Amino acid sequence: MLWLGVAYLGALAALLITSLWTQDDFTGTIQRTWTLDNFRDLFTIDVYRTITLRTIGIAALVTVIDAVLAFPIALYMAKVASPRLQRLLVIAVLMPLWASYLVKAYAWRGMLSADGPLAWIAAPFGLHSPGYGVPAVIITLSYLWLPYMILPVYAGLERVPNSLFEASADLGGGAWTTIRRVVIPMAFPAIVAGSIFTFSLSLGDYIAVKIVGGTSQLLGNVVFDNQGAANNLPFAAAVATVPIVVMLVYLAAARRTGALENL
Amino acid sequence: MSTAISLRGLSKHFDQVRAVDDLDLDIADGEFFSMLGPSGSGKTTVLRLIAGFEEPTSGQVLLADEDVTRRPAFARDVNTVFQDYAIFPHMSVQQNVEYGLRVKKVPGAERRQRAEEALATVRLEGYADRRPHQLSGGQRQRVALARALVNRPRVLLLDEPLGALDLKLRREMQIELKEIQREVGITFVFVTHDQEEALTMSDRIAVFNEGRIEQLATPVELYERPASAFVAGFVGTSNVLQGEVAQQLLGEEGTFVIRPEKVQMSSEAPGEARSDPAVCAAPGVVRDVVYLGSTTVSVVDLDAGPTLTVSHQNTDSSIDAALERRDHRVVLTWRRDHLVSLGAAPAAPVASPEEETA
Repeated sequence: MLWLGVAYLGALAALLITSLWTQDDFTGTIQRTWTLDNFRDLFTIDVYRTITLRTIGIAALVTVIDAVLAFPIALYMAKVASPRLQRLLVIAVLMPLWASYLVKAYAWRGMLSADGPLAWIAAPFGLHSPGYGVPAVIITLSYLWLPYMILPVYAGLERVPNSLFEASADLGGGAWTTIRRVVIPMAFPAIVAGSIFTFSLSLGDYIAVKIVGGTSQLLGNVVFDNQGAANNLPFAAAVATVPIVVMLVYLAAARRTGALENL
Repeated sequence: MSTAISLRGLSKHFDQVRAVDDLDLDIADGEFFSMLGPSGSGKTTVLRLIAGFEEPTSGQVLLADEDVTRRPAFARDVNTVFQDYAIFPHMSVQQNVEYGLRVKKVPGAERRQRAEEALATVRLEGYADRRPHQLSGGQRQRVALARALVNRPRVLLLDEPLGALDLKLRREMQIELKEIQREVGITFVFVTHDQEEALTMSDRIAVFNEGRIEQLATPVELYERPASAFVAGFVGTSNVLQGEVAQQLLGEEGTFVIRPEKVQMSSEAPGEARSDPAVCAAPGVVRDVVYLGSTTVSVVDLDAGPTLTVSHQNTDSSIDAALERRDHRVVLTWRRDHLVSLGAAPAAPVASPEEETA
């Protein structure tokens, strides 16, 4: 516990402190003088603001897409499937997690390419593959993080006693009414719990966007580029605090729904 | 009186198990009807078939002479009080009670008024804004009842609703349930494994065993005239005399049942009882005496072989005398017309509920 605290919180503190230093433009060495210049740049330079909003927007959209996809799957797994099928489905949902992240990202690169399977399927409808760019990033990230949404929602729904569904039907509620008035409210904390994963994982991603994102950048790329290519560690640290702050706000909001007890 | 529920040749099989086996049953309007039986006897399955949570393998369910066999639960004019109450945890008491009306799009003002009335019926005024987790088990049970009653269904189905309550509260709720039923005039179909509960509240009782109705009768009939050894054993405690023992003690072939409270016990007084042909007598040794407050139960090993249970009211305070009878010789006597004959068929071995829990 102590080690965790030192290693984890210590690293975060170091990050925050680094973000308040600056870099010598000529030598590239870090100057340990306190300044808020990094944050000023972050908020005033247009390109960074755009990237920040784009990143949050993508993370939010991925979360919504995953929630919408995961809910019916989790509901089927928890309440409709036979115990045997249920086990098979859990394995099926977990299976993609065994494959390497890079393999899956490159698989989507292939899927989305101009002569790939998606283009082939879309062609008869007069459509074409979305190509590489923000939509491709959203598709790929949604695919990558979907299991992290399905599993908590499945676990949450499994805990809901069947008698609640029966009670709703008994009181005159059809399937849709029951889902809207009973199932979704009951599953909501679990959906929020899952969204913490999908949102934070999307927020920090920088590899998928390199592979399928074309020229678009996310916050993670800015961090990566500043640290690697530009070697501007203080600015990278400043950029990295943005997702942390966003996540803290998000977690605070999630706490109010009681979702953290669902993790 | 018209029928509220009719079951015609109703069967429900789960794989190889016949949970409900070719059942015919009519329940009258306004009746307090109980289905009594051990767990796994099919009584709850019958309830779920009436509610529409299960589809029968064969047969028909009629509500008010209308065939509803293939109709889903939400389209049937019955409401259920669940064993675990099934209160929606994310809604207040008021929202729970209003749920059925809201789903049926009853206007807001009427909804509130009817919810208020229903909460008053179950004596939960002032609890409308509480959350389910703030309620005790007994209060949740009342919410479940109000939530069902507010819809004014033709039939109310109750699935062991008192099972989770402690004994005192259960006794109170038994009487209250019966009062509520009289007040609202709705047909109640009540599932229980507690014979005392069934005897207390019901107009008629169906005793279930292995998916069939063993006996369908009023509480008095059921207790005084059990139709089978199973019923005799399940409803109350009973002493079964059969075969050679019956021949020896009663002078008759067959299987007979005598209730413990109808047997008198006296210290050995030979000759006296034998003189009256309307009275049977059997000597034995008291093996055990159990003091139960209002009654004392004695277990007597008869010389003829079987063991009889005898109970008597503790109307005077001379309990010591009874307790001291252990290992003493006694004579048991009972009136011949208190014997219930179960016919000559050999009775299957039956465990009474008391023995099951012991």
